[in-house]
Amino acid sequence: MSVADAEVLAPTRARKRDTGAQLRRRPNRARQGRAVAYHLVVGTICALWLLPIALVIITSFRSFNDIAAHGLGSAPHSFTAGGYSQAWSAGGEKHAMINSFLVTIPAVTITLGLSAMAAFALSRYRIPLRRTILLVMLAGNLLPPQILLVPVAKLSEVLGIFDTLNSVIAVHVGFGLGFYTFVLQGFMRTIPTEIQDAAIIDGAGSIQVFWRIILPLSRPALAALGALSFTWIFNDLLWAITVLRSDYRMPITPALLALQGQYVSRWNMIAAGSVIAAVPTVAVFLRFQRHFVAGLTLGSVK
Amino acid sequence: MVTLTASPPPKARQAASRRVSPLLLAFVLVPLAVEAFWVFWPAIQGVYLSFTRWDGISPPHNVGLANYRAMASDPIFRSALWHTVIWLVLFGGLSVVGGLGMALLLQRERRGIGIYRAALFTPVVFSLVATSLIWQAMYQPDGLINKLLGAVGLTSWQHYWLADSHTALYALIVPALWRQIGYVMVLFLAGLKGIDPVLYEAARVDGANRWQQFTQITLPQLRSVNSVVLSVIVIDSLRSFDVVWSLTKGGPYHSSELLSTYMFSEAFQSLRLGYGSAVAVVIFLLALSVIITYLVRAFRESES
Repeated sequence: MSVADAEVLAPTRARKRDTGAQLRRRPNRARQGRAVAYHLVVGTICALWLLPIALVIITSFRSFNDIAAHGLGSAPHSFTAGGYSQAWSAGGEKHAMINSFLVTIPAVTITLGLSAMAAFALSRYRIPLRRTILLVMLAGNLLPPQILLVPVAKLSEVLGIFDTLNSVIAVHVGFGLGFYTFVLQGFMRTIPTEIQDAAIIDGAGSIQVFWRIILPLSRPALAALGALSFTWIFNDLLWAITVLRSDYRMPITPALLALQGQYVSRWNMIAAGSVIAAVPTVAVFLRFQRHFVAGLTLGSVK
Repeated sequence: MVTLTASPPPKARQAASRRVSPLLLAFVLVPLAVEAFWVFWPAIQGVYLSFTRWDGISPPHNVGLANYRAMASDPIFRSALWHTVIWLVLFGGLSVVGGLGMALLLQRERRGIGIYRAALFTPVVFSLVATSLIWQAMYQPDGLINKLLGAVGLTSWQHYWLADSHTALYALIVPALWRQIGYVMVLFLAGLKGIDPVLYEAARVDGANRWQQFTQITLPQLRSVNSVVLSVIVIDSLRSFDVVWSLTKGGPYHSSELLSTYMFSEAFQSLRLGYGSAVAVVIFLLALSVIITYLVRAFRESES
């Protein structure tokens, strides 16, 4: 929408400025000086912003003895990947990483699938009470999770899935549905009805309309939500420690916390563990960067 | 395909295509049932449990308002409530100021801007646990922060940041902010892009200075983004748990206890599930006004 407008307008604005009498009189050097100052200020802020990340990466490649001898804040005197192999095997991150994927991939798929179904029906058909249903679903997602923790733990006990990955998947699906349905139906509503009507005249049923037309056309929104929900679920701590008890069932985020508790002051290992835990979400972010940022603003600006 | 729609009487066709079949109802009802089962039903139970005493093993028994009365005279609850308010004001306020400030700095497309934006945004993709551990390393007695303070001669400022009950809460807000500012910045950047540049042109012609342009154009134009950011921040503040749980577990001596962490440790560590539920209800009530505002806005927008 307005994003495109802004981009179209930007060049004209720049041209106008250049021909503006006031700006032409200004010496070129002053403008260059301002650009340098800008990059200095913003560059410094960004460098400071990345400093903790740089520090953790450096720490992860130091040896334990180096950190013990020179302190955590000193310049590195060693270089080893030992922290990574320790965190990966002895620290249990390998197992935890597998658990994380076993939770995240089904949870993201099921959530998106179910919410796409609901969004399709709610956006393309006159479902009675459609707006009420949408808002009720969205409201569920806005609840503070704290009010759900105790009952959800008991519920999964009653169902016999307490302390299994299935309970984590189920709770992520249930809690995420409202938001995804809301955002997806907002997107699907913008798809022109003519396309759907034409398909129906050609003899397509609702399932075919959904599968062949609406889903493929919703790909940008699905990609954005998929990238977002991947990081949310992958990074989750609270739900996992609520419905899981056994260490070997824990996904990577709680496992990282356990690693820190178990190997206090083995900072190279903790730092390496943190880097490992961040790799999948950073990879998803880099791969889907555009969608990712679009996803964050999907529910807000539109 | 599009030309085909013109030939049959459009109204009748449309009605046929919009008919709601049982299958379509199932498309809505199945997800709704899943959410009802895992969210609405537990939420109702959560409220019910707040009126009971329960250890999780024997059946809960009803104690009426006893949990809420106990809360009123519980000093830990009161300090957790106070810390939550501090958290809301500092974490919320600073992430708006920082996020808007950075969005204003980075709004114009120019060389290198993508790298700057990515730099500020990177922490958003980390888990809060990883973020916390990164900052824990910075906060260590022999860590970078104390080292830097020593290097500039401020040795008296060196500190056990997380172990001192005077600084723990504030030391926890910093990593939370580090991650939140990039997120808020993205929301504001999207909002700023939506402002018609002609407005600024007109203001410049009228002789408005930068500050006037900011207060008279930018802020009013950002109104809808502002309300989203506000709700996101209040909801995020009340949910904040991971950073505190990773770094201090609410300590030392409950000096960094938030309602969310107090609820968790009461319910799952002290096994006072009824009392924990009552604390959760308080969190819910605090969030309620924001949730309603958000929903009203969403309602209005889905209408238009």
